[in-house]
Formats: sequence, structure tokens, C-alpha cells
Amino acid sequence: MKLPSLRDVATEARLLLIGIPVFLWTMIPIYHMFLFAISPKEDAFSGKLWPDHPTLHNFEIVFKQQHYFLRDFYVQFWNSTLIAAAVGVLTLFVATAAAFSISRLKVPGGRMVLNLALFTYFIPAAFLAVPMYRTMGNYGLLNNHWSLILAMVTIASPYAIWVLKQASDKLPVELDEAAVMDGATTLQIFRLVYLPLMMPSLVAIGTYAVLLAWNEYLYAFLLLSNDREITLPVALGNFLAADDSPWELLMTTGFIYALPPAAVYYAFRRYMVGGLTAGAVKS
Amino acid sequence: MAITLSGDQALPGPPLSSRLTPAQVWGIILLAPYLLVFLAFVVYPVCYGLWLARAPANYVALYNDPIFARAAVNTLIFLVIGINIKMLIALFLSGFFAMQRTWIKWLSVIFILPWAVPSIPTILSVRFMLNPEWGVINHLIFSFTGDDGPNWLNDPTVALSMAIGVHIWKSLPFWTLILITGRLAISHDLFEAAEVDGASWWQKFRYITWPSMQTLYITCTLLSMIWTLGDFNSVYLLTGGGPADLTHVLATLGIRYLRLDQLSLAMASIVCAMPFVLPLVYFMMKRLSR
Repeated sequence: MKLPSLRDVATEARLLLIGIPVFLWTMIPIYHMFLFAISPKEDAFSGKLWPDHPTLHNFEIVFKQQHYFLRDFYVQFWNSTLIAAAVGVLTLFVATAAAFSISRLKVPGGRMVLNLALFTYFIPAAFLAVPMYRTMGNYGLLNNHWSLILAMVTIASPYAIWVLKQASDKLPVELDEAAVMDGATTLQIFRLVYLPLMMPSLVAIGTYAVLLAWNEYLYAFLLLSNDREITLPVALGNFLAADDSPWELLMTTGFIYALPPAAVYYAFRRYMVGGLTAGAVKS
Repeated sequence: MAITLSGDQALPGPPLSSRLTPAQVWGIILLAPYLLVFLAFVVYPVCYGLWLARAPANYVALYNDPIFARAAVNTLIFLVIGINIKMLIALFLSGFFAMQRTWIKWLSVIFILPWAVPSIPTILSVRFMLNPEWGVINHLIFSFTGDDGPNWLNDPTVALSMAIGVHIWKSLPFWTLILITGRLAISHDLFEAAEVDGASWWQKFRYITWPSMQTLYITCTLLSMIWTLGDFNSVYLLTGGGPADLTHVLATLGIRYLRLDQLSLAMASIVCAMPFVLPLVYFMMKRLSR
């Protein structure tokens, strides 16, 4: 075995000098959350870097809903799940149809719709929230899951259309032409040729929409308020309203809430990175 | 591809519907869901909001509200300082993560976490770390120096810096990822040739990396500015706009007015940001739809 040269060791050391701070920077807030989740209340507030008596008791309290703030934990978890799933499905439907129409059918005015979608993509989310809140009131949708679902579809679909349109443009036109020659109708082309070829991008976009909806705080907190209608992040925000917030439970619930997106992200990472970064910025 | 109905087209002066091919009819039908969403949840709200904010009195009220001026300045600090720091770090780290090392690859898998996990638990976690009495940071300061640490979120300047830090923590992975993609697109031959000529790392960066990434970097910076304007979480969850409403940015200020039931003021504060946002949006659209 060849011994590494002094130069190699020096390079590696320099890289570690970057790598270690990057690791700490990334992990400290997440570790701190985890630390609270496994600490008894006294330890959590004592500033220790590892609890004297690590425990899963906090998880037990959350899962058994043994605290005033956690009365509706399962309902809220379910609300989050349901809304994220609905946003994923609806965004995929709206965006795939639009991308197919603009890119493959060259519908008149398609270019303009794409520009409108891009325009929406660039409206800062918190700015749109203000008029959107009032509009949902006008539509009579406040405190109804549909308000959040539709708001998130509105926010997710411009980017989804953009990415899917980019991906569709890369599919050869000959495929559609061959299908037409074989007598396929437009819908058959959509179902039998287009959808299967677009699968990787659809997975990326579906994941993106689900994560966006699952992680959303601002719109959820504006549009929903009833304890049994709200999603988990809003419930977490409400913990703060109390003077003596049970921080160890807040962090435990937060940790449970953060697990699904991390898991989903890692499960679909292969699709996400390629599919999403390609569309985000054209270099 | 055009599917033509030969029979229909032979008729003189056909109405519009029959001049469209079936494919185009399907095109319109498939486009309709998005158009409906766009009309109902973008066009209508925006127009309605502008109408609500139309009275000049709103702008006078904003002008006289010291919190608004403070929020505008904070937003500017956030954009100019925060984003440049973030993008420079992202540019630097994209070079680090582009290195071929197994451990760096593993680190990049972990590095993405802040972007993938939700804001609320992680930002609240930071908020607790900064708590002057119970937070781990001041505990550490006390155990090393024997002195009490600062009250991090009580001084508006420090609190705003912390909010910028949280914003960077959250969005750095995404921009680093994009810049890595840009870096990997640069032809490797260029670096090998430079290596042969004995170029230093700075020369390689100056004459190869930067010229090829310049446009991407600028586009990313502008896009990041637009999105940062809409970043409500970093400030709201960390400081809640406090102390004394001195750390608001336009994103949280609009929501603050909304919570105070002053919808027209909320809209007006957003309208005030438009002269900055629209040129950015226009530029981005031009760049992306080329």
C-alpha cells in the first residue's frame, strides 16, 4: 500500500477544515431538536449537549396525546397528510395537462400561459398570501382544507408546469407522429406515450408538491384556524402562544413532523436533484 | 403535428370551433384547469388587493408608520447583505462539494437536510438555542467564560443578523446544489490544461470557473432576491418581528397588518415593494423564457 504523500495529507486536512464546520453548521439545529426530544424536561433546559438520562418518554406523551397541546395530534397529522397528498395529486394533474398541452399540442396561446405561470412563480409567496387570504374569505373557503389545498396548488403548479414543459420538449416529436399514424387519439397519446416517458419528471414534481404542502407554514396558519382543521406546523406554532410552552414536547412533535419529508426526500433524491435543478435555472 | 379533418375544412367560412383541430381542442381543454386556478387564485386576488390598496391615504399612513420604514430598511439589509453572503458561500461550497471524495459525497447528502425538512421545528430549535436563560449557546458561553452571554434576540441588530443566519441555513443547500450543477458542466479539459500550465487555484477560478458560471451566478442571485422577499418564516419564527417590531421585513409586515385587520395597509405595503420586484421579475422572465 502506498503511503499518502505529505501534499495529499495537507490537502485532505484543508478539506476537513471546511467539511467539519459545514457538518456542524448543518446539523446543530437538527441535533438540538433531537436532543430536546430525548431529554427529560430538566435536562432540556440545562443546556447539556447530551442528556444524563435519555428517554423516549416525550414520544410516548405525544403518541398518547397526554398533553393539552397534543389533544388533536393525530387529527392534525392526518390533516397534514391529506392536504399534502391532495396537493401532490392536483398539482400533477393541472401541471401535466398544461405541459402536455403547451409542449406537445402547441395549443394557441400556450406560450402566453407559460409566461403567466412563470410570473406567478416569481411572486414572493408572502406577498401573494395577503390578497389570497381575503380572496379565500370571499370564496367562503376559510377554515376549510380546500383553501389550503387550492392555495398550495396555485403556488406549486407554475414551477411544475415549467419543469414538465422543459422535460416534454426533450421528448422526440416522432413519437407522437408515429402514434398518430397508428391512429391514436390525442388522449391515447397522452396516456400511452406521454405519461410513461415523463414518469421520472412526474415523480420529481409530485415529490416537490407534496413536500411543499407538507412543510408550508404561512398559508396554513392564515387559512386554517380551528384546532381540528389545522395542520401540524400550525399546531406547532400555537405551542408558542403559551407562557410556559412545553418546549421538549414542541421539539418532539417537530421532530416527528420533520421525519416524513426527510424520508420522502431521500427516497426520491435521485429524481429530485436531476428533475428540479434542471428546471430551476437554465444556465 | 396537425391532424386535419378534411371534410370539415372543405366547407366555406367555417366557424372558429371547426377550424381548430381536435388536438388543439384537447389542448385548450387540458390547459383549462391551470387557467382556472390562475384566474381564481392569482388574477382575482391580485386585482382585488390592488383595488383595496388604491386610496392614497394608505400610503400616507404607511409613510407615517415608523415600523414600515424600519421594515423597508431591514428588507434591504436582508437582500443586499444576506443574499450576497449566502451566494458567495454557496459558490465557495459548490467547489468544495464538487471534489471527488467519498466522505464529501456523504457530507453532501447530509448538507441538503435544512432544505428538505420543514422550517418551523428547526427555526424554533434555533430560537431556543438563542434563549438567554435556557439556551445552549449562553450555557456554553457561561461555562467557558463565567459571564452571561448576550440576550441574542433582544437587540434588533443582533436579532436581524440571526434571522439572516437562519435564512442562510435554510436556503444555502438549494443554491449550492444549483451551483454544483453549473460547476460540473464546465469541461474538465480546461482544468487539466491549466494544471499543466501550472495555474494556481485562484487563476483557475478567475479564468475558467468564474467566466463559465458568471451568468448562472447572477441569475441565481436575482432569483434568490425575489424568493427572499417572500421569506416569512426566517423572521417570523425567530423573532416574531420583535423586539418592539424592529426586525420586521416587508413579508412579515404585510402579515402583521393583516392580523391587525388592516388589509388595505397590508396590500399597500406590498405595492410599495413592487418597484423593486417587477424589474427583477421582468429580467428573470426574459432570461428564463429565452
